[in-house]
Amino acid sequence: MSVARLFHAPAAAAQLLIRGAHALDPRGELDAPHDVLVRDGAIAELGASGTLPAPDGADVVEGEGLHLFPAFFDPHVHLRTPGQEHKETLASGTAAAAAGGYCGIVAMPNTAPALDSAPLLRALCEQAAREARVPVGFMPAITRGLAGSELTEMAELRDAGALGFTDDGRPVVAAGMLRRALQYQRLCGGVLALHEEDPSLSGQGVMHEGAVSARLGMAGIPSISESTMVARDAAIAAYEQARVHFQHLSCVESVEALAAWKASGARVSGEVSPHHLTLTDEAVRSLDSRFKMNPPLRTEADRQALIAGLRDGTIECVATDHAPHARHEKEVPFEEAPMGVTGLETAFPVLYTDLVLPGVLPLALVVERMTAGAAVLDLPTPRIAVGEPANLALLDLAAEWEVGGRGYASKSANSCFEGRTLHGVVRLTVAAGLLAHREATVEALA
Amino acid sequence: MTPLDGSRRDEAFRHLLSIDDLDRAGIERILDRAVSFAEVAGREIKKVPALRGRTVVNLFYEASTRTSSSFELAAKRLSADVVSIRATTSSATKGESLKDEIATLTAYDPAAIVIRSPHAGAAQLVARWTDAAVVNAGDGKHEHPTQALLDVYTLRRRLGALDEKRIWIVGDVLHSRVARSDILAFVRMGAEVTVSGPPTLIPRGIEALGCTVAPTLDRLEEADVVYVLRMQNERMNEAYVPSLREYTARYQVNAARLRPHQLLMHPGPVNRGVELSADAIDSPQALIAQQVEAGVVVRMAVLYELLAGSGTSGSAVAEAGAEAVALA
Repeated sequence: MSVARLFHAPAAAAQLLIRGAHALDPRGELDAPHDVLVRDGAIAELGASGTLPAPDGADVVEGEGLHLFPAFFDPHVHLRTPGQEHKETLASGTAAAAAGGYCGIVAMPNTAPALDSAPLLRALCEQAAREARVPVGFMPAITRGLAGSELTEMAELRDAGALGFTDDGRPVVAAGMLRRALQYQRLCGGVLALHEEDPSLSGQGVMHEGAVSARLGMAGIPSISESTMVARDAAIAAYEQARVHFQHLSCVESVEALAAWKASGARVSGEVSPHHLTLTDEAVRSLDSRFKMNPPLRTEADRQALIAGLRDGTIECVATDHAPHARHEKEVPFEEAPMGVTGLETAFPVLYTDLVLPGVLPLALVVERMTAGAAVLDLPTPRIAVGEPANLALLDLAAEWEVGGRGYASKSANSCFEGRTLHGVVRLTVAAGLLAHREATVEALA
Repeated sequence: MTPLDGSRRDEAFRHLLSIDDLDRAGIERILDRAVSFAEVAGREIKKVPALRGRTVVNLFYEASTRTSSSFELAAKRLSADVVSIRATTSSATKGESLKDEIATLTAYDPAAIVIRSPHAGAAQLVARWTDAAVVNAGDGKHEHPTQALLDVYTLRRRLGALDEKRIWIVGDVLHSRVARSDILAFVRMGAEVTVSGPPTLIPRGIEALGCTVAPTLDRLEEADVVYVLRMQNERMNEAYVPSLREYTARYQVNAARLRPHQLLMHPGPVNRGVELSADAIDSPQALIAQQVEAGVVVRMAVLYELLAGSGTSGSAVAEAGAEAVALA
């Protein structure tokens, strides 16, 4: 019996002809202007540009000059529900995902209360089935209350729809506790996603430990806080032949540890955020709390190592770690502010502007890494191919926009890219065969 | 006033948030101004009417005796109306945010807000939320720029220029905003700065501020100036050092370690018998009392430069002083 693990609100299946957009499927041959016909929510036909007739009742979207990608998948977002709905809801968070070109996102369990029981998971899945604009999956906690001392009922949670497990926001501090969870994984399956941090090394840290924290007099979080835990937990996973995924990697040493354990055959994977790929701790000199997140922005050498790791596949995928906070919560001195930045609505434009346009990474590779999070969690990869469910993002790469302090689909606006001019506007998103997002200019054309 | 070196940094001298708001010429201009205020301080009537009718708010979220009283006295000697708000009496204890507090205080139309906060960057935030000039009187472990200015003032009066002087800053650099502002200011004035203390209390990467690090006091004799930081008792509890006894044995500055040619400084308040021995505190080499004295005139100069300095020259003080005499 297969268990549903992604949930979204019902809507009419898309009937859509996208004409002449440059279709790019990084895992296939497709890299040229095409007509793409979506019938009943599935990709029905692919044809040379201008060759497919519009069926009766289909929306026709003029895609000339635009790019069509498989829609993105984010294995790491915070939807703040239940308990902190003033920051984000399932509706607003999935609307933000749709606006960012995503066809699937995965919500973390550090809510209030924490997502650590099957009844709560069932309630969330039901809520998502009413409210979610794009499919959303849930990763309940590894340990009860994220407290690190008792396992959740992982098997029951899996039966109730858990995609995997994570204590995100916190590490599983005790090695023995993590080992138990990994042993238990043999029973219930599901990837364990790990937030790696040694609290005895992080201490009261609020930013990367280095020259900038020395200058600002702020307590630092050293890189070894993360990398020693990545190395430790990869060793435990290898010993137990278990499957772990390392969340939001931030430093050289973590990438090296991940590469070494992969080479020795361990079943480990990694993700990296757009902000760690494009910003460094130099940004914190502004003392602006929008640059406060965990793990912290690190040095240029770390950033380069993350880019190299993403390029060579050591790091499988991009994850936003979308972490919304209300304005008043962030408008406080840096040390007092909560960790986290939003990311769903800026992820692709940031990577396109800062890494693709300057020639650092090829476009196809960025699209591949932004969709690869699905496979990391054993879900089907979004593809542009006949017979596949329609998971499509139509973007205008030539269009520029300024990242503002408001105007998001997300309830929150704590973007670390505010004020930046970015290239790449998502015109339309189809997720699981449903039209999830449509920008006004496309409407006018249709 | 056109900046003396034509730099842009000083044209925007609207707030004093960090020593980085000032270049060398800016520091010298403030300290020259302080010298002229010191002359006023020698008179029987110590007030000048420079800020008459203007309001200075002192907002202190942290306990402070000498900094708050020094700012208060400085503002009063410039004839400003002064409102002093302590953390215990402020709305912070009622859950009002810093932003709300600033909005409330702005209703008084203050010319300047002097703020001390336990959090780095608080002064920067306040500067974003108010039209008043903002003076950072200490923000977390980040900076304490007026302390650095009064330290440079004290040293200039004693040594003339700081160029090529060797200054050792000894003790808990990790938790010291004074150390950060002093390193920046001393380096900017041409001094060679060395920091020394237990390796657990020297922040990784501090060299980027332009200083060198010495793990022991073995070469302390090289120093022209020994600047000792306060060692707080809670650092022992946090296991930064194993014991007060061991700290004292390795890092206390005392008569045995101090050379006769060296000047001794400390931002106060001193833990007698911990970072400094009693004989060192009471030695003629100690400039600790002069530092306190400098606090008032330097803070007068800072307030004056921020609120009355633009478009005026040094003679304004002489005029102000003359007016004070006339008023007397």
